[in-house]
Amino acid sequence: MNALLGHGPTLGHYLAFSAVLFCIAVAGIFLNRKNVIVLLMCIELLLLSVNINFVAFSRQLGDAAGQVFVFFILTVAAAEAAIGLAILVTLFRNRRTIDVADIDMLKG
Amino acid sequence: MDYALALFYAFAALAVASAVGVIGVRNPVHAALFLVLTFFSVACSWLLIGAEFLGVALVLVYVGAVMVLFLFVVMMLDIDIARIREGYVRYLPVGLLVAVVMLLEMLALIGVKSRVATAFASNDAALAADSASGNTHWLAQSLFTGFMLPFEVAAVILTVAVIAAVMLTLRRRVGAKHQDPAWQASVRAQDRVRIVKMESAKPQADAGEGGA
Repeated sequence: MNALLGHGPTLGHYLAFSAVLFCIAVAGIFLNRKNVIVLLMCIELLLLSVNINFVAFSRQLGDAAGQVFVFFILTVAAAEAAIGLAILVTLFRNRRTIDVADIDMLKG
Repeated sequence: MDYALALFYAFAALAVASAVGVIGVRNPVHAALFLVLTFFSVACSWLLIGAEFLGVALVLVYVGAVMVLFLFVVMMLDIDIARIREGYVRYLPVGLLVAVVMLLEMLALIGVKSRVATAFASNDAALAADSASGNTHWLAQSLFTGFMLPFEVAAVILTVAVIAAVMLTLRRRVGAKHQDPAWQASVRAQDRVRIVKMESAKPQADAGEGGA
């Protein structure tokens, strides 16, 4: 693989890539404050950018623990998406809206 | 620039462009589809540095399951898009400012570190010696020895999530007909059939013709 590909991407490439994705996701949380579905998608993007860091460091250090952690983060993210969407469906069924501005019953 | 680096730039550019699409498009269905493209590009970039198992798992778990769930929910809910997009322009300057400042800070730090970094290819030999039969074997050896308990906890978390999702969306609808197996099994003949003793009577001649 070395002879064919020469210098591959370095750790810095992957960290920069992950930083860009992270910042896009944070901007998305600011911009789509009313749309819960896009907020959930932005959280998935945040977790993905963290996972990129884990994979890159695992590759750099030759340590399997990083990739095992990505596995666990994928598990928790899948559980989070399932429960979040279930809450969203229940919310829509009861209130007929998923607008964040309308969901202020706890304010009293 | 060699082939691997060019591929990395292509995958990264595609992932970033589709991530911008996720937060920018008006229609949530389009956003979900752009998120699929983002996940797929990131999975390709993981394959590029030898994380084969996680790359394929990302495609299977996210593109196959989670994003289908997202699309299903988005299409099931009747969302008023025009109303939900209010405030997008209002928050645009602040959101962009925060994101760009964060990005510059992180890139500055990464730039300092990557001056001294070597390519991933340099520790390829050590990694190959460690894992005789590839990334999956290497990962499984660590997962099923040192991380056995967290692995089982993750399984419990998934089970709890499934039960929680079902319990959250389960509802008893009024008027729907259900079967109760316990009641069906314990029913007795005298609950169902009532025998009435009646006097036998001879039918009238004209009433038998009329029928209804």
